[in-house]
Amino acid sequence: MFKYVMKRLGIIVFTLILIISATFFLMKLMPGSPLANAERLSGDQQRLIEAQYGLDKPLLVQYWNYLVNALHLDFGTSFQFQGQPVSTLIAQRIGPSAQLGIQAIVFGVIAGIGLGAAAAVRRNTKTDTALSILAVLGISVPSFVVAALLQYYIGLKLDWLPIAGWEGFAYTILPTIALGLQPLAISARFIRTEMVEVMGSDYIELARAKGLSRSEIVWKHALRNSLIPLVTLIGPMAVNLMTGSIVIEQIFTIPGIGSQFVNSILTNDYPVIMGTTIVYSMMLMVVLLITDVVYGLIDPRIRLAD
Amino acid sequence: MAEKVLTVDNLKINFHTDSGEVQAIGDVSFDLAKGETLAIVGESGSGKSVTTRSIMGLLAKNAQVDHGQITFKGQNILDLSEKQLQDLRGSEIAMIFQDPMTSLDPTMKIGQQIAEPLIKHQKLSKQAALEQALEMMKAVGIPNAEAHLNDYPHQFSGGMRQRIVIAIALIDHPEILIADEPTTALDVTIQAQILNLIKNIQQASASSVIFITHDLGVVAGVADRVAVMYAGQIVEIGTVDEIFYFPQHPYTWGLLNSMPTVETRTGVLESIPGTPPDLLNPPVGDAFTARNKYALAIDEQRQPPYFQLSPTHFAATWLLDDRAPEVTPPMEIQRRWQRYIKKHPEALEQRAQAKEVSTTLALTGKEDM
Amino acid sequence: MAEQATGLTAEGFDFIPMDRAMTAEKIDRPALSFRQDAWRRLKKNKGALVSFWILIIVFLFAFLSVPYANPKTTSHQDVMQQNLPPKLPGNIPGLRGETVVDGEKIDAYADAGLPKDVYHPFGTDEFGRDLFKRVLYGTRVSLEVALIAALIDLVIGITFGMISGWMGGRVDLVMQRIIEIVSSIPNLVVFVLLILIMKPGMFSIALGIALTSWVTMARLVRADVLSAKEQDYISAARTLGSSSWWIGLKHLLPNMSSTIIVQLMFTIPSAIFFEALLSYMGLGIPVPMASLGTLLNDGQKVFQFYPYQLIIPAIVLSVIMIAFNLLGDGLRDAFDPRTRD
Repeated sequence: MFKYVMKRLGIIVFTLILIISATFFLMKLMPGSPLANAERLSGDQQRLIEAQYGLDKPLLVQYWNYLVNALHLDFGTSFQFQGQPVSTLIAQRIGPSAQLGIQAIVFGVIAGIGLGAAAAVRRNTKTDTALSILAVLGISVPSFVVAALLQYYIGLKLDWLPIAGWEGFAYTILPTIALGLQPLAISARFIRTEMVEVMGSDYIELARAKGLSRSEIVWKHALRNSLIPLVTLIGPMAVNLMTGSIVIEQIFTIPGIGSQFVNSILTNDYPVIMGTTIVYSMMLMVVLLITDVVYGLIDPRIRLAD
Repeated sequence: MAEKVLTVDNLKINFHTDSGEVQAIGDVSFDLAKGETLAIVGESGSGKSVTTRSIMGLLAKNAQVDHGQITFKGQNILDLSEKQLQDLRGSEIAMIFQDPMTSLDPTMKIGQQIAEPLIKHQKLSKQAALEQALEMMKAVGIPNAEAHLNDYPHQFSGGMRQRIVIAIALIDHPEILIADEPTTALDVTIQAQILNLIKNIQQASASSVIFITHDLGVVAGVADRVAVMYAGQIVEIGTVDEIFYFPQHPYTWGLLNSMPTVETRTGVLESIPGTPPDLLNPPVGDAFTARNKYALAIDEQRQPPYFQLSPTHFAATWLLDDRAPEVTPPMEIQRRWQRYIKKHPEALEQRAQAKEVSTTLALTGKEDM
Repeated sequence: MAEQATGLTAEGFDFIPMDRAMTAEKIDRPALSFRQDAWRRLKKNKGALVSFWILIIVFLFAFLSVPYANPKTTSHQDVMQQNLPPKLPGNIPGLRGETVVDGEKIDAYADAGLPKDVYHPFGTDEFGRDLFKRVLYGTRVSLEVALIAALIDLVIGITFGMISGWMGGRVDLVMQRIIEIVSSIPNLVVFVLLILIMKPGMFSIALGIALTSWVTMARLVRADVLSAKEQDYISAARTLGSSSWWIGLKHLLPNMSSTIIVQLMFTIPSAIFFEALLSYMGLGIPVPMASLGTLLNDGQKVFQFYPYQLIIPAIVLSVIMIAFNLLGDGLRDAFDPRTRD
């Protein structure tokens, strides 16, 4: 297990170096510099500022410095917010993003498991049909459409919950639902399929032959066996969630890294773009690693080899 | 006659499918004495599994009992509620499944899986149940059982897993043990071990066993009596000797004939031509007619009744009717007959006098009572 | 007893002549080709079938409406007709061109001083542009982007997957690592980087989407190739001296077609989603072009006052996504022989 985790960490670092390099050279291809009004500055002033950002050094030296710093989570200073280190900007805003993401995935997966199991147990009934329609909607309808509709109907028309902002738990409910709907639909569908298959398996037949009741069979045997493979889906769900959160944060004006990312793109704030990119990739790879390790821990059949 | 544990009486079960009503079993009757092993032999789809599933109350949802009853300890199993059935299953009637690779829950420790019926039925504490499970693991021959109590199924070989499945079935000392092709999925070398295990356990515990198989070869060593099923019906039933050495139904002949023995000389393996009939539209008359080399014209019109040869031997074939022409069974069967007649000189006489009996009464031995 | 007597004549006990044909082993099911079989099963799936026809209609509307809804007609602005609610001929509730002002229903069209025969089925936006035309046009652009993306995805995914699966060994190992790395980069990040260096436009967006989605296709194709490699017909072709390329084109590709078609049914909606997401964030299709995402973005700005401007494109987008997903599900079940019933 230890060896496996170390190997995966090695791959993560290698991937990070690749991503950092790619973003660095891509950014160098970009037009624009920190000197938004360069033509009005004297040559001396320009050189001063360039030296301040380290732009006067040879490209390879710049690259090496950036790479070493980035691996220490130092992404330079923002162009837009003069003098603000990118890492500080990200650190300030990562809290709401993380909270939203975790809330959404916990809500989605738990509700999904419940609904999926209910559908499997009541297979081919109206409940089942209703849930499968809900699942198709949840998978198909984009989260930002759901977000806009929730904002309009629940927030504006019914005035039950705040429309936008980030000032307490009530503010997190609508974005959590909007973001959590897809994980919900995916896990509900997965659990249903998995449970139906498990319920038809020989070991469930054996459990029935043991004289266990229906609920004992579902709780002790069927659910456990269906839940384990769900863990493998959490990684891909997290990927989608990150993408979705960027626009959800914008819609609900949540001060997270997503809305900052969009803002940095619109203002060509390259250091922030690069920093956020790297942080996103890092988070994603760590989530993927964690889910793989958890899967190995809870499924007795899997022994994580090298 | 020994005490009867189970009586299946005139059981008919249909399946509702999208294509129509499938007659899974029709008018099946047999009984099971205490300590006896009854083998039910037949091809896949002959209804042997449906019969035993109905004894466990484990029929699929689309199955419907048309008529008949299954009597166990004075009550009709078919009338029991789900709750009552649960109390029965795994406690008084237990089952060994065919494929040990898939019959165990992959995510539960085997000790716990074995202990589960005890916790359920005897309301034992987990600790006490696990202690008994350990004893049972030793009894079914799992070496170094203590070390394996907390292992998961994938850590065992197929043979060992089948021992675990047997341990689960036996843990609450069932009255009836149903073994559904318990050796089919195993290597030949392991098969004998598992058969011996079942036999030894049965002798030690005096429980009755229903042994389902499609392989007549397996039957000889374990069973006291054999019922041959075809297309949802028992076509012949008798003691092992009667079925193996004095078979009467052409289907039994076919089964025995297609079983290679050391005496098989011809170098050609015999087979039964064709496939079992479509139970969606069961044929009129004897279901085996289309594949039967010895079919009579009447087989196509009327289902044959049971003819009784001895107190234990019944066969449903018109060949035993007085009006039927003399028949010459295949060479292999003739050899078997000769052997049987040497030991039981009265056999041919019994055959000639075989008389038609009403199905249910005779087979369940109610006439004796 | 009468019934019992029938057939119990002496002749009834004669053997049936031996020369009668014994029923040989027969296969009762009529032989269906794989495709016929799949089609038969697809037709049974109502959701998939309805989705199929919905998509046909959407495609026809979107692509046959070029003369009616194009950048020219859709950008026609009219200050007289700003933010008009939907109105259709006939007196259909909800489509009468009415708005509620101070709790009172008024005819917005009459209020704007328009003649009686002016209709906007989906209403108009803040510049007085007809939303129906814009939705038609936006749908077309969204579909075009998605189709281009799917095509690129197809080419990269199949090539990569086939090479990786067919070559095996070290090549496969390296290619698998590449897939692992690519899939651990968030899609949107790849996308944003690409948009930053290339000018935003239909092709760059499609390319960006394809670059983030080919991984799944490559994985599936590789898995198919690996299992096909083990099969006898491929060994036979190899033994007979066919070249790798020939085997790939002639034998492997047709056998993977079901996997590829099903995966396409999921790639296309995800491309539509991505394009909409980007346009919604203001990073997508540049004006004067419009896509469903652009329309959503515009609608979002005014949705407190004119909700129909958000809801209509949202419904169109959702219907397309749902239809593709249902059709994809249906095709997957139809192609999966294990579910044959």
